[in-house]
This record gives sequence, structure tokens and C-alpha cells, in this order.
Amino acid sequence: MSQTTTTNGRGAARVLMDPTSERSPSVRARVPRLDSLDGATIGLLDISKPRGDLFLDRLEQGFRARGADVKRYKKPTFTKPAPVDLRHQIAVECDAVVEALAD
Amino acid sequence: MSESNRPPLPDGLVAVVKRDCPTCELVAPVLADLAQRGGIAVYTQDDPSFPEGVDAVDDTALAVSWHWGIEAVPTLLRVEDGVETERALGWHREEWETLTGVTGLGAGLPDWRPGCGSLSVDPDRTADLEVRYGGSKLHARRVELAELEDEFEAMFDRTWSDGLPLVPPTEKRVLAMLGGTKRSPEEIVATVPPDLVPCTVEKVAINAVMAGCKPEYLPVVIAAVEAACTDAFNMHGLLATTMPTGPVLIVNGPIRRAIGMNSAGNVFGQGNRANLTIGRALQLVVRNVGGGRPGEVDRATFGNPGKVAFCFGEDEEGSPWQPLSVDLGAKAGVNTVTLFPGEGPRSVVDQLSRDPESLARSFAVNLRTVHHPKLILAFDAILAVGPEHARIFREAGWSKAKLVERLQELLQIPGRELVRGAGGIAEGAPESAKDATLPKFRPGGLLVVHCGGGAGLFSSIIGGWVNQAIGSQPVLREIEA
Repeated sequence: MSQTTTTNGRGAARVLMDPTSERSPSVRARVPRLDSLDGATIGLLDISKPRGDLFLDRLEQGFRARGADVKRYKKPTFTKPAPVDLRHQIAVECDAVVEALAD
Repeated sequence: MSESNRPPLPDGLVAVVKRDCPTCELVAPVLADLAQRGGIAVYTQDDPSFPEGVDAVDDTALAVSWHWGIEAVPTLLRVEDGVETERALGWHREEWETLTGVTGLGAGLPDWRPGCGSLSVDPDRTADLEVRYGGSKLHARRVELAELEDEFEAMFDRTWSDGLPLVPPTEKRVLAMLGGTKRSPEEIVATVPPDLVPCTVEKVAINAVMAGCKPEYLPVVIAAVEAACTDAFNMHGLLATTMPTGPVLIVNGPIRRAIGMNSAGNVFGQGNRANLTIGRALQLVVRNVGGGRPGEVDRATFGNPGKVAFCFGEDEEGSPWQPLSVDLGAKAGVNTVTLFPGEGPRSVVDQLSRDPESLARSFAVNLRTVHHPKLILAFDAILAVGPEHARIFREAGWSKAKLVERLQELLQIPGRELVRGAGGIAEGAPESAKDATLPKFRPGGLLVVHCGGGAGLFSSIIGGWVNQAIGSQPVLREIEA
């Protein structure tokens, strides 16, 4: 395995060389917006800034009132992009995500 | 080798050895002797307890060996102010005595023994070492996968695949692939349609890894990409057309054998890695670098299975004729790849003809049907003559030129058979062609190759796409190392 610096914090990552023209982001395409919240699983991503949790608590109440299930996630730090594993986990577990700003 | 991060060597004498080397075993007492006399730093590549009597430095990670460019063991160095001033490879008493300034070294040993290969140049390890110590030479964006992400699914998700699983293009594999060419990773190979993206050797190598190529196939893939992206071959049009055609690769020259290509039984079929992965690599470059994907710029109505990969070698050794590459102007014995804009192959069965005239007539009636029996001149074709059919021409002394000439004669068609409405079929040539006699193929539009298995009185036809300047022309490219 290569020694490329990783963002998952667990040492050697699986890193592939991009075979494309690199004209578009290497991330997967976004899923379409939801038509309805009913029965949907909504991820709420706390970016680890003060009082973001208060905002997300209110959102959770609102989503649950509209029939959605809610899962909560938290980035280790607001100064860096979410780790690749966290992004993957949210993508697998949720139908949509709300990333909360704070301050 | 890299100068930065190079581990320093102590001044004085330095030796690099490994236990798994008879010459190193032979000189072990000499190294112990030099250690006693005032010092020598000995680095061991495989076993830190070797050699006995010396406090050897562990270089099993090969950091010293790689950074200092050790190619053989034993290597004896003299280092002054951190800089190498002298080097001796293997055991040569006189050389060692000069380098060390010590006389009478290795009494009882032979005067000279060649060394063994250094582990740092072991082909199984070089790609790993390059990644570990080389600093990356590669420029492609790194795509990091999540811990729980399946790497094969991840490549499908990113739309890199042609529908089949891909080999993950790790840096190590890409570096190993680049070992197959002398060209620099940054060198631009071609501008790839439809997005007209400059494509480096490195990007070709990444896609060749994904396709499953071995490094020794890479020069063929590079030549194929160059040929595909010429104005004459017109990969853009061939990709965008609604017709069921794609690049067909025909390889000539000694490289076919050297890399194990198939030109015999099941030549257009499955089972040969070189044939399949070289053809696939070209298509992956068009897909991933050029951005050419089905449903987007690729508008094929049907396509054909050969658009995954359609590549084969000509059976030159068994052929009664000169190879296709020579027909197209290359020197005999030169490695070439020829790209033809082709559809899938169709079979010609003739198990009864035993004379060349009868067999040529069989070929002609089948060739007439390419795309439509009433459509002429717009499409080229490859006639792939199987060995059992070729034998009939060989025995009758028919050259390839004679066969092609006879086919062109047999394919002169009366205009009344071709015009719109003739035979109750609306498709066809304009009414003005009614009184003319017209050829099915333009001069030079019929290419003949020899390939296929040794049993079966069959040949095969690969129909082309729109030819000449408005479409694609066959393009031959020499394969450079």
C-alpha cells in the first residue's frame, strides 16, 4: 500500500489513481432531492462548532414531526472536510443530509 | 535515485551485502577482516546477522540500497565527506585492495567472482520501493476510498468501468505499468475525443492497469491510442455514430509473440489476456480520458460486443501472404498496430471449394452483404482468411493481390440491381446509377489478414464504417518501446 497521506486517520489508505480527465470531481454524483420526508432517513451533520447542536436539535424535532427518521453525525473538527469514512457512512445510512453551520 | 531523504553513509568503507549470495558468503571473512582492521560499515539486505564477525546494519527495508543505487552485491564503496568516491561491484581482489588500501585481502579466495543482483533492483520489489522512497512521479489525482467502501464497487460508482470489473489502479500498479515503456509519464500521447483532452502516458498506464494489461502490453496500447486519435481514424465520429462499429486492433510484428497474443484458434474470442486487455485499454482511455460514453456522445443503436475489446494478432508465420502491415506500407518485421473501424465479425462457411476461383466467389457473395447488398463504396471491410482456406490459395499460387483483384472484379455490380426499388427494396443507390456498373468496395477498401485456428474451412468478414475523409480510414502506427 502506498504511504500517501490519508484523511481517515487510520494510516495506510486505499488510494487509487484517477483514470479520468479530472474535469469533474472524483466524488460520486449527488442523489436527487427528496420528494417527501415521509419515511426518509435524514442525517444531521454537526460540524463541531459551538451551538451547532442546538440548531440541529430543533431540526431533528421538525423532521421527526414530518415523519422522517433522523440520524446524528459529527465531524471531528470544523476546520477540515469530513473524513472519507464518515461521508461514506452517511451516504450508506441516509437518504439526505443536512450539514449545520454554527456560531 | 532520489537525493532528498537519502540516508547518509558514514565516511570510510561501506559494503552492501546479502546472505542469499554466494559471492557475499565468500567475502564474509574479508569483511570481518576489514572490520577488525579499523572499520567498515556493512549493510545487509536480507539477514542482519550476516556476515558473522561484523556488526552489520539492517537494510532489510532497502532504504540505503535503493537511495544509493546499489545494483549488485557485494558492493564496496568509499565515502568521503558523505559523498561516494569509489565503488567496486562483486569480488575482485585487486580492485578491493586498491579501494581499501589494504593488501593481502582474502588469502585463499579466488581472484574474482561476479556479484549477485541487489534486492533493491529485484523486479518484484522495484515498484514498491519506488512508491516508498521515490517520491511520486505521478501527477494523477488521488482518489481515496472509504474504509468500508468496496474498491470494485467504488470504481463502478465513479463510472470508470465499461461494465466489467476493473483492476484497481494503485500507484504501485501504475508505476509497474509505466515500466513497460521508455516514455516519460508526463509525455502527451494524443488528444482524446470527444472531450479533446490531452492524454499523458501516465493516464494511458492507469487505464491499462484497470483493463488488466501487463506492462509489456503498454507500448501497444500507447500506439493504439495515438492511432485512434488521428484525424484520419476519426475516433470522434466512430464513437458518435449510430452504427455498430468501434476500433478493431490488428497487431503485426514480433511483439505479437513476445507478449503472447493470439492469432490462432478463437482469435476473435475470449481467453487471451493480451488480445482482450489491449483492446479494452484503448476503449477505457476513450471512455475515461476522452469522456466517450454510451448514451452520451456514443450514440450507437446496437453497438457490438467488440466495443469492449476487439484486438488480435495476424498469423504471419502460417500465412501464404505478406502481413497486413506490409500491405499498408510498413517494413516487414516492424511492430505495428493497425486500427480499423469495424463491426463484429461474421462467418463465411465454405467447406466444399477446393479451387481458388470457387472460394473467391464464395467470399465475394458474402462480402457483397456488408451492411446491405445494395449499398456500395461507402464501407470498407476486412476479410480474415482462415488457415484452411488460405491453403487453397497457397497451393494454387494465388498472391494476396491476385485474390483482392479477383474479388474486386467479382464485386462489380450492375446498377440496375442497386438502385432504389430494385428487388422490391427501397434502400439502394440513386436512380442515376441504373446504367452504370459499380464496385462494392473502393480501391484499397478491402483489407486481407490471415488468422484463425487450423481446423475449419471458414473465413470471417469484419464490415467497416463510413470510409474515407467523411468517416474513418484504417490507420497503421509503429509500436515504440
